[in-house]
Amino acid sequence: MTAPAMVNLTIEGRPVSVPAGTSILEAAKAAGVLIPHYCYHPGLPVAGVCRMCLVDVEKAPKLMPSCATTVAEGQVVRVHDDKSLEARKGVLEMLLINHPLDCPICDQSGECELQDYTFQEGRADSRYREPKRFNPVEDFGGDVLYVPNRCILCTRCVRFMDDVQQESALCVAERGDRAVIAKAPDADLTQAWAGNVVDLCPVGALLSKDFLNKARAWELDRAPSICTGCSQGCNVTLETRDNAVVRIKPRGNPDVNAFFICDEGRLNYRWMNRQDRCLAPTAAGTECHWDAAVAAAASALNGKRAHIVANASLGNEAFFLLGVLAKKTGGSVRFTVPQGPEALLPGVEDLALRADRAANAYGAELLGASRADDPYRGLGAGDTLVLVDVDPASVPAGALAAAGRVVYLGTVVAAGVKAAAVLPIANIAEHDGTVTNLRGHVQRYFQARPAPGHARPAWSAVADLLIALKGEANFLTAADAFAAMAKAHAAFAGMTFDQLGTRGAAAAGATAGAGR
Amino acid sequence: MGYPHKSHPRETAVLSKHFGDPDARSLDGWKKRGGYRALEQALASQPAQLVDTVKQSGLRGRGGAGFPTGMKWSFMKPGDGKPHYLCCNADESEPGTFKDREIMRWTPHALVEGCAVGAYAIGAETAYIYIRGEFDEPIRRMEAAVAEAYAAGLLGANAMGSGKRVDVHVHKGAGAYICGEETALMNSLEGKRGNPRIKPPFPAVSGLFSQPTTINNVETLAAVPHILNNGAEWYKAMSLSNPKSTGTKLFSVCGNVARPGNYEVVMGFPFKDFLYDLCGGPPAGRKFKAIIPGGSSVPIQTMEEAEATLMDYEGFVAQGTQLGSGGVIIFDDAQSMPRMIARLARFYAHESCAQCTQCREGTAWTTKILERIVDGQGTFEDLDTLLSIAENMTGKTICVLSDSCAAPVVSGLQKFRHEFEALITGKRTSKVAVAGGAAFAGAATP
Repeated sequence: MTAPAMVNLTIEGRPVSVPAGTSILEAAKAAGVLIPHYCYHPGLPVAGVCRMCLVDVEKAPKLMPSCATTVAEGQVVRVHDDKSLEARKGVLEMLLINHPLDCPICDQSGECELQDYTFQEGRADSRYREPKRFNPVEDFGGDVLYVPNRCILCTRCVRFMDDVQQESALCVAERGDRAVIAKAPDADLTQAWAGNVVDLCPVGALLSKDFLNKARAWELDRAPSICTGCSQGCNVTLETRDNAVVRIKPRGNPDVNAFFICDEGRLNYRWMNRQDRCLAPTAAGTECHWDAAVAAAASALNGKRAHIVANASLGNEAFFLLGVLAKKTGGSVRFTVPQGPEALLPGVEDLALRADRAANAYGAELLGASRADDPYRGLGAGDTLVLVDVDPASVPAGALAAAGRVVYLGTVVAAGVKAAAVLPIANIAEHDGTVTNLRGHVQRYFQARPAPGHARPAWSAVADLLIALKGEANFLTAADAFAAMAKAHAAFAGMTFDQLGTRGAAAAGATAGAGR
Repeated sequence: MGYPHKSHPRETAVLSKHFGDPDARSLDGWKKRGGYRALEQALASQPAQLVDTVKQSGLRGRGGAGFPTGMKWSFMKPGDGKPHYLCCNADESEPGTFKDREIMRWTPHALVEGCAVGAYAIGAETAYIYIRGEFDEPIRRMEAAVAEAYAAGLLGANAMGSGKRVDVHVHKGAGAYICGEETALMNSLEGKRGNPRIKPPFPAVSGLFSQPTTINNVETLAAVPHILNNGAEWYKAMSLSNPKSTGTKLFSVCGNVARPGNYEVVMGFPFKDFLYDLCGGPPAGRKFKAIIPGGSSVPIQTMEEAEATLMDYEGFVAQGTQLGSGGVIIFDDAQSMPRMIARLARFYAHESCAQCTQCREGTAWTTKILERIVDGQGTFEDLDTLLSIAENMTGKTICVLSDSCAAPVVSGLQKFRHEFEALITGKRTSKVAVAGGAAFAGAATP
């Protein structure tokens, strides 16, 4: 494949060189110039209807829609000249004449592009003296609520359903200023990926029912993370308010999930806020100092084979150190992967809600753990059963009885598990780490809030255990643990936390990344 | 023969020659009147020759834009390995325009023949005639004519025994003004919502079903057989003023005039004579006040401008307006211009496809302000606002519906501002509220 020819142009006085066929809007982005726009979205076909991105192109008889105009050699584009600015002011005024201006009660407020651009360059007043158009709120099914009065008819939602989800559930009904977004007869937005229309909506017209009235956008703290709902490893942003996770939003990554996440992943965050968290370390059932619990766990493991059963969504760092622990004790690391129905997103290549409903099965296997339908099989009477982030209710009573001793590293209280030692660990929202998706793409997740009580990251707890067992595991940070893993495992050779950044990188020998 | 009035001696009836003559409707009747000779001749010649002939004739699009037809046809590259399509735009929805309707009602075979010739000339095997849904009789006439032509072997896989395939289909629209916009028409034909498409790509590159497509107006295609029969020079010679405007043009005349109807004159005919002589002047006791000469989308003319106009593409432009579709709407001195303009604006607000912001919101906003002014509730600021909205609606949208709504507002305010001001200052109130105004959401003042 030959690289496309490069085209040189000037945007707002900045020279920029982009591949032929690029739109002026994207070329401007590359030059560091944001051309205000509503209907354009890089993940959707171009509609060119909002007319917000009109720019002055030298020698063109009229303003050109930058989303639908491709670059040409020597083009001179002006974005912030009077002509373009006046045109945008005109569009903003028109978009607002029938808008209820109900920002104080609108969920989108604070992350609304209509608000942003109006504040940036819109008129301070309105010349509209007529009654405003009104349409009642409609439940679109799924997680989506439609507030037509706020709608600017950019049709991003319609195009997402038509071209990406490829189930035409939405359309524009009626004409002129009576036009609204409507559901197709008998359709509901219950498709696996339909919730993305809420993120795509640049204004407060499509709202998440789950997030409705929960928080104002400016009250949220945000951290990049990875969805643990399946093995796709979609990039997400965890949004917290007062340390409670209140919303998950997709985070764009062309190698993994384009701009989207599925509804199952989007709405599957309540477990992160569970109240029955394991808060304190215990030794023989009594709360104690962290070091005392580590010592109790070490003595339970000393000279015993460690039969380790781990959650397949644990980070690579934890699996790496669990592997070291298994090797040291002559034991093994096993995990099981919950299953669910697969749901493809047809408009994006290799993007699906995967049948494997865990984030790191691929990474776990790279690090020597083995996948098993029954991870407790082969548990010997003299073995020490080490449970790492495993739902205590899922542990068969027989396994607990068969094991000589139990060491419990968990995020939730060890109900029904009589453990020699309990070490509370952090969940994915509470620590830094990496996971490896089904295509071998290694990606970082970042801490979104502090861990409760005495909980520490799983890798840190396991490192403490290894030290107590006279091993070498002196890591201060997840990055340190990751660096040691990169040295020890060829698949991660040469990788560093810094290099992974927020986009991740493919493990050595991994198949080509998912995405477009 | 004119219709419904008697033909005037100063008319040049080419397309309208058989209007009002029911015998011309049948295939036999049409053949007796010289029909299908042009198609036979066309199928025996090279498409490039036909394109050349039409180029030489100077024929320009009769739908409104006046683009040279031969040049449009020459954009269709032969031998590109793609199916070509011809669309005949019979979605005649421009207010004040009803010339295509009469062509289809009285001489349906003229259009079938024109479509077949046009399709062959651009390398298309298929032509679609897209007729607006309200045209019940024209649709039936066209369907009957196409069926007759197929039965007689004039169309189909072996058109007129030439061994060449020419298919013509009649497609009924659902009655949306915007489907007369060529790209919206193609979307509608494809079964999609009739929204105009962004250009480029132009239809000649990617049109109907994403294939090279030409869209021509009914009157344009109906003229083509006459050009083939009589020669390009004959057609070109029909020009009274500017040589860039050739042939005859049908004008639909309506409004406050003694003899409304369709009139066919040679390009460049003096508008003054047309109005007072052919159309019989104003109704008794009235005076002409203003004219929209090319369908509702073109700027309004004062009578001074109109009477100085020569009726061709250049002549109308020289007098501040456009030839457009040839739908002449006449207002006499009993009419309130603000009321008329408000009614026009409401039409555009109703018909906006809702894609572009300026059109969707601007047409409705314009209408609301105009109707408020007509109701005697206007302010002087409203007039400035109207002009500012019109500026925002002009040259900024995918198609020109928005511009079309703005044109009569701007020209109306320029030329009849005193009428608006009189309504605002209360010196004169509108006698009748705009018909149906209350039904238009939010139009009425509380």
